[in-house]
Amino acid sequence: MTKKKTKTKTKSKTKKTFKFEYDAAPESFKVEIEEKYYNFIGGEFVKPKSGKYFDTVNPATGKVLSKIALSNEQDVDAAVKAAKKAFEGEWSNLSGLERGKYLFRIARIIQERSRELAVLETLDGGKPIKESRDVDLPLVAQHFFYNAGWADKLEYVMPGKEVAPIGVCGQIIPWNFPLLMLAWKIAPALAAGNTVVLKPAEQTSLTALRFADICYEAGLPAGVVNIVTGAGETGAALVEHKDVNKIAFTGSTDIGKLIAKNAGKTKKKLTMELGGKSANIVFADAAIDQAVEGIVSGIFFNQGHVCCAGSRLLVEESIKDVVIKKLKKRMKQIRVGDPLDKNTDLGAINSKDQLKKIKDLVKQGQKEGGEFWQVESELPPRGNFFAPCFFVDQSASSTISREEVFGPVLSISTFRTPDEAITKANDTNYGLAAGIWSEKVSKVHEVASKLKAGVIWANTYNKFDAASPFGGFKESGYGREGGRHGLLPYLEVK
Amino acid sequence: MFDVSVRKPGVGKISIPHYPIDMVAANERAASFTTRSIKASSKLDALYCAIEMVDLTTLEGMDTPGKVRQLCGKAINPVPPAIQDKMRSFEKFRPIPKVAAVCVYPNMVPYAAEALDGSGIQLASVATAFPAGQLPIDIKVSDVKRAVKFGATEIDMVIDRGAFLEGKFQKVFDEIIKVKEACGDAHLKVILETGELKTYDNVRLASWLAMEAGADFIKTSTGKVSPAATMPVTYVMLQAIQDYYEMTGKMIGMKPAGGIKTSKQAIHYLCMVNETLGQDWLNPEMFRFGASSLLNDLLKQIFKQVTGRYYYDDIFSMD
Repeated sequence: MTKKKTKTKTKSKTKKTFKFEYDAAPESFKVEIEEKYYNFIGGEFVKPKSGKYFDTVNPATGKVLSKIALSNEQDVDAAVKAAKKAFEGEWSNLSGLERGKYLFRIARIIQERSRELAVLETLDGGKPIKESRDVDLPLVAQHFFYNAGWADKLEYVMPGKEVAPIGVCGQIIPWNFPLLMLAWKIAPALAAGNTVVLKPAEQTSLTALRFADICYEAGLPAGVVNIVTGAGETGAALVEHKDVNKIAFTGSTDIGKLIAKNAGKTKKKLTMELGGKSANIVFADAAIDQAVEGIVSGIFFNQGHVCCAGSRLLVEESIKDVVIKKLKKRMKQIRVGDPLDKNTDLGAINSKDQLKKIKDLVKQGQKEGGEFWQVESELPPRGNFFAPCFFVDQSASSTISREEVFGPVLSISTFRTPDEAITKANDTNYGLAAGIWSEKVSKVHEVASKLKAGVIWANTYNKFDAASPFGGFKESGYGREGGRHGLLPYLEVK
Repeated sequence: MFDVSVRKPGVGKISIPHYPIDMVAANERAASFTTRSIKASSKLDALYCAIEMVDLTTLEGMDTPGKVRQLCGKAINPVPPAIQDKMRSFEKFRPIPKVAAVCVYPNMVPYAAEALDGSGIQLASVATAFPAGQLPIDIKVSDVKRAVKFGATEIDMVIDRGAFLEGKFQKVFDEIIKVKEACGDAHLKVILETGELKTYDNVRLASWLAMEAGADFIKTSTGKVSPAATMPVTYVMLQAIQDYYEMTGKMIGMKPAGGIKTSKQAIHYLCMVNETLGQDWLNPEMFRFGASSLLNDLLKQIFKQVTGRYYYDDIFSMD
């Protein structure tokens, strides 16, 4: 009575099927962006004494979004003076409980304005709205909530010891997680009773300036948070300023070394969160499909602009073929495009310079041999885009295996034994993070104990929490951010 | 974990991979499909396609021939013809298709067969001592044979979860093989009852056992155990189907059942199928929804897409 069916189906025999097309689902929230932005000093937006401005650009379109103050030594000096005044006055007279209230207030305003901040972050930095909305902003708020709780409990940071704030903290942050890096820096500094002068990366100043607005809205005393915008020279002025007691820097290892050298001439304390070339180790007894997910989120999260990106995949030789096959299939599902589109998985490369750097490194990698594979994505005609790719079986000395690409470029190599995996994973001048994929818990613990990296994920990757310290071994920096440990660099212990 | 070894008639010993699944990451990946947004035109196609994928189901102790006839009527004409005629003036409207199948208890098969005669709609019967499967195999086989004899073109069998959890994989395997034989030309869907298998490792293993034993479809749930179908459990099964296809070239169908009530959920499932198995599985030959209330929501959303306004529930018939 009903139609007879074929017994064994093969792909050619299937009947009608429809083409599934994803739609552009642009985030509809409109953010107001002013034509020009000034520095935030002493609780007010003030024009730069330099009189100079630079453009901030939407990397997805190449369009100029706004003009940002290019601060010189005088501007930095004014900001440091404001911070010093606040530290020596009103802010230090407050109890920890009161300081905590400000931080809670800031955290709540961030939550309330999170959509606005997420859109702005995506516009200015190129990261997919999915990530700024679901990862960056919740963590930003969490860091303020978490540290707010510490503000009146500082005696428990170092039980049995007295602690005191350091004073004026200069903070220099990168462009990959603009607001999140701000939160990592400002929240513990304020909880510990310091005042800050923060310099955002020149590519991504907008959310930091919007944060200034939030400080104002929260009624934070003038001068406690100061934001000066600019490029390398602005940062240098901050590093060299005699009244800055501490520099906290997140960025490349090269700049970190320069800052350490210059700060060494002064009395400053330093914390550095620098580059990485982190290993993601997949054993044959791993949950392979989920490991593939972890490989993808490890290297392609935030276009690979992640200091702890799992940029070196070490896969056990016996499962290399199946992992690569599954990885290719999965990578073809990655949607590269308009960062404001909610369907986008991989957004725009943050800047033209960074795109050039990635392309140059990939070219160099191709010259050095090994298999190269890249997804054939249709990239938007304008803006800075780069399709996800990987290299297989390059030598451990190859450029892609050693240099931090800071882009969606994965290096894949194999190992035969756990010892070899450990040796290969540690064969780098960095030591920020590592991932281990195995269903065998004893092996995970054994390997984790021998990896020289500050953060080790087991059967996951790129998971962050305000309560968990983050920082690296070797040239990945020193000091930790997050958790109780993140407060230590902002406190003197008596 | 050790791979499971089973004897397959005519083949000898075969190995069923005991393949680990990481629960946290599987849940995350499954959740990621719920944030996809699809083109309006694709959405309309997806809604129409979803209707064709529905196994319209009634599995109650209180089922009667009358109730089953009602359901068959709904399967043939998901929308009252009078309403359908009125819709034809809308440019985007296409006639509402029939559902894929009606799914009933064995006792109801003769009535459903009569009601569906000539409609082209498949008649699925749960069998093998549904839903618990706690009866001897000869009774299960006769249950299946009887259902097929009375007109069932698809058999939705349950596996013996007790045996599975006890580690008696050969028993589970043999039962599927025997039921498959008893099916004759009827299609076999193997219900794993994932809500009782609990772990994704178990789901994966049971999926592979079922596929090796001759399942045409693997299906999540009876609908009698909570949770029924979930996105992550379906995702784990889809990946098993993908790997099985890579290895053998055989395409196995998938049927999540129970708990899928809204068009939005259905579209999330279709996104997931699209990104794990691809377009070749986006048709009723390869993918089904075991559902009942989903149908009216699909209709409602189609009407919304076509006319730009929402229709209230009462204009669609119940059942």
